[in-house]
Amino acid sequence: MGVRQWIEGWPVLRQWSDGDPSGRGAAAKSRVSDELAPRTREADKVVKSICPYCAVGCGQNVYVKQDKVTQIEGDPDSPVSRGRLCPKGSASLQLTTGSARQHQVLYRRPHGTDWETLDLDTAMDMIADRVIASRERGWQWEADGQRARRTMGFASLGGATLDNEENYLIKKLFTALGAIQIENQARV
Amino acid sequence: MGTSFGRGGATTFQQDLANSDCIVIQGSNMAECHPVGFQWVMEAKARGAKLIHVDPRFTRTSALADVHVPLRAGTDIAFLGGIVHYVLQQEQFFRDYLLAYTNAPMIVSEKFADTEDLDGVFSGLDPESRSYDVETWQYEGAEVQAASGKRDQHWQRRTHAGRGEAHGSGGAEIGTEPKRDETLQHPRCVFQILKRHYARYTPEAVEQICGVPQEKFLQVCELLSENSGRERTSAFAYAVGWTQHTVGVQYIRTAAILQTLLGNIGRPGGGILALRGHASIQGSTDIPTLYNLLPGYIPMRHAHSWEDLATFVQGEAAEKGYWGNMESYVVSLLKAWWGPHATPENEFCFDYLPRLTGSHSTYETVMEQLKGTCEGYFLLGENPAVGSANAKMQRLGMANLDWLVVRDFSLIESATWWKDGPEIETGELSTDDIKTEVFFLPAAAHTEKDGSFTNTQRLLQWHHQAVEPEGDARSDLWFIYHLGRRIREKLTAAAADGTQKDADRERDRPVRELTWDYPVKGELAEPDAEAVLAEINGWNADAEPLSSYEQLKADGSTACGCWIYCGVYADGINQAARRKPGTEQNWVAPEWAWAWPLNRRILYNRASADPDGKPWSERKAYIWWDAEQEKWTGHDIPDFKATKPPDFQPEEGAKGPDALRGTDAFVMQADGKAWLYVPAGLTDGPLPTHYEPQESPFPNLLYRQQRNPVRQMMKHENNRFQPSDGQTGSEVFPFVVTTYRLTEHHTAGGMSRWQPYLSELQPEMFCEVSPELATERGLEHLEWATIVTARTAIEARVLVTDRMPSLRVQGRTVHQVGLPYHWGPNGLSTGDAANELASLSLDPNTHIQEVKALTCDIRPGRRPRGPQRIELVREYQQRAGITDETGTEV
Repeated sequence: MGVRQWIEGWPVLRQWSDGDPSGRGAAAKSRVSDELAPRTREADKVVKSICPYCAVGCGQNVYVKQDKVTQIEGDPDSPVSRGRLCPKGSASLQLTTGSARQHQVLYRRPHGTDWETLDLDTAMDMIADRVIASRERGWQWEADGQRARRTMGFASLGGATLDNEENYLIKKLFTALGAIQIENQARV
Repeated sequence: MGTSFGRGGATTFQQDLANSDCIVIQGSNMAECHPVGFQWVMEAKARGAKLIHVDPRFTRTSALADVHVPLRAGTDIAFLGGIVHYVLQQEQFFRDYLLAYTNAPMIVSEKFADTEDLDGVFSGLDPESRSYDVETWQYEGAEVQAASGKRDQHWQRRTHAGRGEAHGSGGAEIGTEPKRDETLQHPRCVFQILKRHYARYTPEAVEQICGVPQEKFLQVCELLSENSGRERTSAFAYAVGWTQHTVGVQYIRTAAILQTLLGNIGRPGGGILALRGHASIQGSTDIPTLYNLLPGYIPMRHAHSWEDLATFVQGEAAEKGYWGNMESYVVSLLKAWWGPHATPENEFCFDYLPRLTGSHSTYETVMEQLKGTCEGYFLLGENPAVGSANAKMQRLGMANLDWLVVRDFSLIESATWWKDGPEIETGELSTDDIKTEVFFLPAAAHTEKDGSFTNTQRLLQWHHQAVEPEGDARSDLWFIYHLGRRIREKLTAAAADGTQKDADRERDRPVRELTWDYPVKGELAEPDAEAVLAEINGWNADAEPLSSYEQLKADGSTACGCWIYCGVYADGINQAARRKPGTEQNWVAPEWAWAWPLNRRILYNRASADPDGKPWSERKAYIWWDAEQEKWTGHDIPDFKATKPPDFQPEEGAKGPDALRGTDAFVMQADGKAWLYVPAGLTDGPLPTHYEPQESPFPNLLYRQQRNPVRQMMKHENNRFQPSDGQTGSEVFPFVVTTYRLTEHHTAGGMSRWQPYLSELQPEMFCEVSPELATERGLEHLEWATIVTARTAIEARVLVTDRMPSLRVQGRTVHQVGLPYHWGPNGLSTGDAANELASLSLDPNTHIQEVKALTCDIRPGRRPRGPQRIELVREYQQRAGITDETGTEV
């Protein structure tokens, strides 16, 4: 870098010479910040999505680079949200990629004082056995002297944060198993 | 809204708020809780609309409103009832609309007695069983639902509790064609009953009950009336500030009555917008993970001996309107679930459906857990240890389980209560003693799976998978599909080994015969969500996707998982994934995603035209009859048979949709009309009536009846109720509490308290109190306060603010305490949970708990630790003389 370039690059000088006396425009840029590019520009693909928080249903653009989500922004195409997101929606990147997420199955045995790890396949098998056993123990062919064909042995809570397809399979499977105590946040 | 108009969903869509001339936001803080939707309110305001915010607290919504009306929490029916009275008395109602599209002219049975006659209760109250026999509420000459005569009183009583909400899509059946009086003069016509019922809801009464000065109240009345009618329309927006009460459904009903009287339903800029708080809470009622419903608001079966498919349909379907085709919806659902096993000979496996006996809501489930009957529990993206009323009951229930499965992103309180919950600290529970086996399974995020959410305006929007989930994280679709697959394999093996008893083989048949063969993809064997959507949409005998529920058949030739969603996969195309930019369409944006039913965006939009099919005014034109083309046309898809002319008269004996006249705009209703008065379908009265909340510092000024006589209460030693006004000890809990959300957090915090940005923005639990209350109780800004009820004591930082004004009610000053409810002990941002304070007292229709209005005491300083916390609560209970009977009077 020559002396001339160095002097001309001095922000105070640029502030005055570029007509940006308060230094809140282009003059504030350093060489580093001038060369920064948004993550969105380098994305391999943009996937269309919907905000998972409240029920306004804002459109989201999910930016992906090398199979990682790198940024989530409002989708200007959405006639509902017109590209806007609230603080929660704007924090979706942290929600989905933040360090607070668990990625390991955990197990607490009866009377146990701490978590243990468990392999997913084993956990699924154990859960299936428990559903079958509790269903059987809580089975009622009759209730109040009438045919009931149901089980009171297990219950389920949750669904308002899930997809329609997920709720559909929950209701379908649990109803077929005879469970009736199926509920979600619409009640609270 | 289901009982008033026919469908349990918002009647309009958010963007259309921009066309309103006046918007009332009540029971919602839209600017902070639904900020992006609020842009449409601002859009309306920029076009000259008036904005009214009715809320105990001054919030950002109030700051942007033309009028903010602070009122005492729990008195909205009195406030809205007062407007109904004003509209009737000043003759501000839309007469032509009223005569054409509502049940105002219908004559009600002689046997009906109103709260005017019975000092606050309706005819048919049985104080013993705390329920109403609804027979006397019928129209004259009509009979109760299920005219088969087979329903005995015992069955009615037993099944009563589960039925109030079963009409999310369609009012109840009403029997024969009701009698009418077009002059609206008959003393027993709905219009006159309404006039008498609300006669005592005067501006003076509103002032005394709600603490709203008369001038301010009349200003709201005038703004609403001026901005309704032929040329103008007003809209209402509400949220859980209305639903979470012992009379929650009736809050919404009062708004429905008002909007119907003013002629604001089915028209652009009008309607009632329910603002829901979860991405798919509308979807999870449409495809219900709810005990009392099957997909598409078909009621679950109740246990009684005589019922087969035919009598079930006869009992639940309506003669007239689209519920007249209910058998097609039920049979198609059974075909979707049991495929080739469902045949006409076995009533399409109707016997495979489990039966209810009364209410089995989440709060009854807790009682079953405490009893030990319910021994296993799935928590799928819900955090009841923080989010449910009287959260302690939830934890005690879980501590009595054999096993618990928690699926979430992080270790929420519902997953860790056994080692660090409040009861461990107080010594009520000890980790070593808790037998519950807990499985924590990490869940996939929305970016890691395909699927659809149904938003607050009934819009199904597809989100596409962007990346694969990491580690053990899986979608709930994956979890349920593979759990079902494993269970089926195990039960099939048991059936094949030859030792199983016949009864057990029969018990397992619905599982073994279930259609469960979804294609899977990728390394993780993720089920194809679009294949599930295709089943929800349905297909015909040739496996071609259906495009409308009008194609559904009762003979078993069609299958459809949720009839109101039929059409979402029309032509084999995922309509929910359509994304034509909003800027390339009109404001209705019909090519962006897909709304139920049949992509209609404003419901009952036939009512946007006059009886002859012409728009009520050019300014408010939306759907109209095109005589040349002989069909309905306009900006939206008609919520009406497109070719049925306005002057259509049904043939004698016509049934179902064919029985609807050309003016029956409310096509789901058994009489085609919007219901000002609800002759059947609600458990706590045909007309909204002001009752005080379960716990209130004031007497009911309007009637001797203090509270909703049929509200639901859970009696338990950990769920004691407090005395209300007039009872000794009520002075121990002198303040009103209400709970609410903040912009930066989400519900019970599972998706926000672990996020650094959001936790930094709202780092800690706090309470809002007025300067007057702060002085009275010695509370200091930014210091600690302890809030006490008969259930527990919690602590919070004090925020002294004018935003929570003290009000003058019945000659006294009442202070209100505001509590955000997002916090719990886990995560980055922590605090006590507000819902610990609430009791289990519920709306009898929806079984939703009252957390928006209760009473408390507040004192400076932090709450005691350990067993002393329980001691403090016990001391309060004793001082207030609380027993197991307190507050349980009818």
